[in-house]
Amino acid sequence: MRLHSYLLRRLLLSIFVLVGLSIVIFIIARVVPGDPARMALGPRAPQFAVDALREEMHLDKPLVTQYYYWIKGVATGDLGKSLVTKREVLEDIMEFLPATMELVMVSAIFVIVFSILFGALAARYKDKWVDSVIRIMAYTGVAVPSFVLAVLFVLIFGYLWPVIPALGRLGAGVQPPVSITGLLTIDSLLTGDFPVFWDALKHLFLPALALAIGPIFQEARIIRSAMTDNMGKDYVAAAVGYGIPNHIIMGKYLLKPSLIPAVSVMGLDIASLMGNAFLVEVIFNWPGISRYGMEAMLRKDLNAISAVIIVFGLIFVLVNILVDLIVAYLDPRIRLGGKL
Amino acid sequence: MSNPVLEIKNLHVWYRTYGGYSRVLDGVNLHVHKGEKVGLVGEAGCGKTTTMRSVLRILPEGQAHIPEGQILYHGNDILKMKPRELQQVRTRGISMIFQEPAAALNPVFTVGTQMFDVIKYSGLSKEESRKDNIKRLAIQAIKEVYIPDPERILNCYPNQLSGGMKQRICIAMAIVTPRELLIADEPGTSLDVTIQDQVHRLLRGLVEKKGMSLIMITHSLGVARELTDRIYVMYAGNIVEVARTSDLFANPLHPYTLGLLSSVPKLTGGGVAEGIYGRIPDYLRPPGGCRFHPRCPRAVRRCREEKPLLKDLGGHQVACFQV
Repeated sequence: MRLHSYLLRRLLLSIFVLVGLSIVIFIIARVVPGDPARMALGPRAPQFAVDALREEMHLDKPLVTQYYYWIKGVATGDLGKSLVTKREVLEDIMEFLPATMELVMVSAIFVIVFSILFGALAARYKDKWVDSVIRIMAYTGVAVPSFVLAVLFVLIFGYLWPVIPALGRLGAGVQPPVSITGLLTIDSLLTGDFPVFWDALKHLFLPALALAIGPIFQEARIIRSAMTDNMGKDYVAAAVGYGIPNHIIMGKYLLKPSLIPAVSVMGLDIASLMGNAFLVEVIFNWPGISRYGMEAMLRKDLNAISAVIIVFGLIFVLVNILVDLIVAYLDPRIRLGGKL
Repeated sequence: MSNPVLEIKNLHVWYRTYGGYSRVLDGVNLHVHKGEKVGLVGEAGCGKTTTMRSVLRILPEGQAHIPEGQILYHGNDILKMKPRELQQVRTRGISMIFQEPAAALNPVFTVGTQMFDVIKYSGLSKEESRKDNIKRLAIQAIKEVYIPDPERILNCYPNQLSGGMKQRICIAMAIVTPRELLIADEPGTSLDVTIQDQVHRLLRGLVEKKGMSLIMITHSLGVARELTDRIYVMYAGNIVEVARTSDLFANPLHPYTLGLLSSVPKLTGGGVAEGIYGRIPDYLRPPGGCRFHPRCPRAVRRCREEKPLLKDLGGHQVACFQV
């Protein structure tokens, strides 16, 4: 079928994208000033130790040779050692990635549910007070950055009105579940440990919301404008004329075509949450990969930087393919290759 | 004569625009009896579609404004109906076929999904609205519009069908459950001539078979002549002439009707048809008196000052001082 070959082509193309990304990030990480070996060992380390480390990391060789060693390692699953944590980078990523994934996934659920809800409500009550309220919320939500919201949330819920936990992934004294996927909510569900599941969920709420609010309202605006646009279409007038009830028209015949433009932006926004999570993770003391990656950059931890960027790139590519699949599902004109 | 199925009385429709109200319909009167086929003829932009969309109350919400007039369906005013009664009219009484079949079908749902919903919400009894019965009705309707392989068509998306097939599907959706009156808004205009002819024949056949009334909107006098019993000629939001189809062609009276007739190119040659000078007026500042006077070769002073009303000349009505 067309879809299969399309998918295959996209996957092949994304390999090239990732290789390109790896080259770019490899060069950028190495041309910025500062000696990673010296930074790793500290200013008082003897020169011979620094030289030894440089040699071990192939830093004394030309860039091309360095890249060759590195990409060979990556291809075999060896991402190298972190200069800061002194552990295998892969291990670090395995530890920090699930926390961010969990955060981003909950954020994504918020984005999908609330953007459709607000967008559809605003379109349904266009130019009425509901629309105005959502519009004001939208301008505020898009304008205020997530880290400001994060600080506000910590201030309010961590200090003034502590109804919901505002720091970390689990409450103090809560035993984390056996790590299966690394996602606390899923692991606790798999082991049937519901109190821990509930605790993890409560801890997720505020950081996920802080991350989600911007994209929620951006997408809500897109959905609203697509829906109000489509309201003037003949197929809506026809459906009304056939006596199809209003809620079916709004929730089915109007919503589905109106989601198509929003889904593409939504996918990119959700993928961007990974990177945007950095400050939110710092503020909520969330042990995620975004925070790890930022620390790696500040300390010029070469292998960690490259690995984090490659992981982000991979997720971007996968999300984009997923978005294309969803759009193809929503729009038969794309799926079946008809004229647009 | 029996009471009309639909009677439009002195209908005014305005559109809100940035420049003020655009006064499109200026007192339209029209009626259709049971089983009657009526044509509504006029050039593009003269308010034919606006008139018919206001019957189903599907004018753009918030833009259209109806300051005056009545639309009586069996004596009940559609414009004053509560949602439930209105729904009754839409599901049981009147259905409409649109000009652009490609725009009237939702591009992201299959034909089947759309048809099933039309049937499902048409107020069937519980027994009738079982899934297999809905499907049976849909297939029957598709057969009635002469499309082969209905099962396959139900799984198609609109963009997989040709223009003629799309229009047939629209017709099928309009007749899938019984209705009294069918409004066809230039159903052939976006199709090529041979398909257009097929669609018109199909419509006439179905309307006659099911005993429905038909209002056929068209800008083509030829189509109206072929399909209708009676014709309303419309210009700039006014009905200017009403007559039985044969009378209208035998003895056209209104200068606008004469102009329309002379706009039809003759197959026998003789150069480009004469046509009518000028354009449809600006509805924001419509001309006073008879709205046709700026384009009328026979206009006199009275035409500019006073609006002519329809006067009855033995079943043939015309709104012109000069007749």
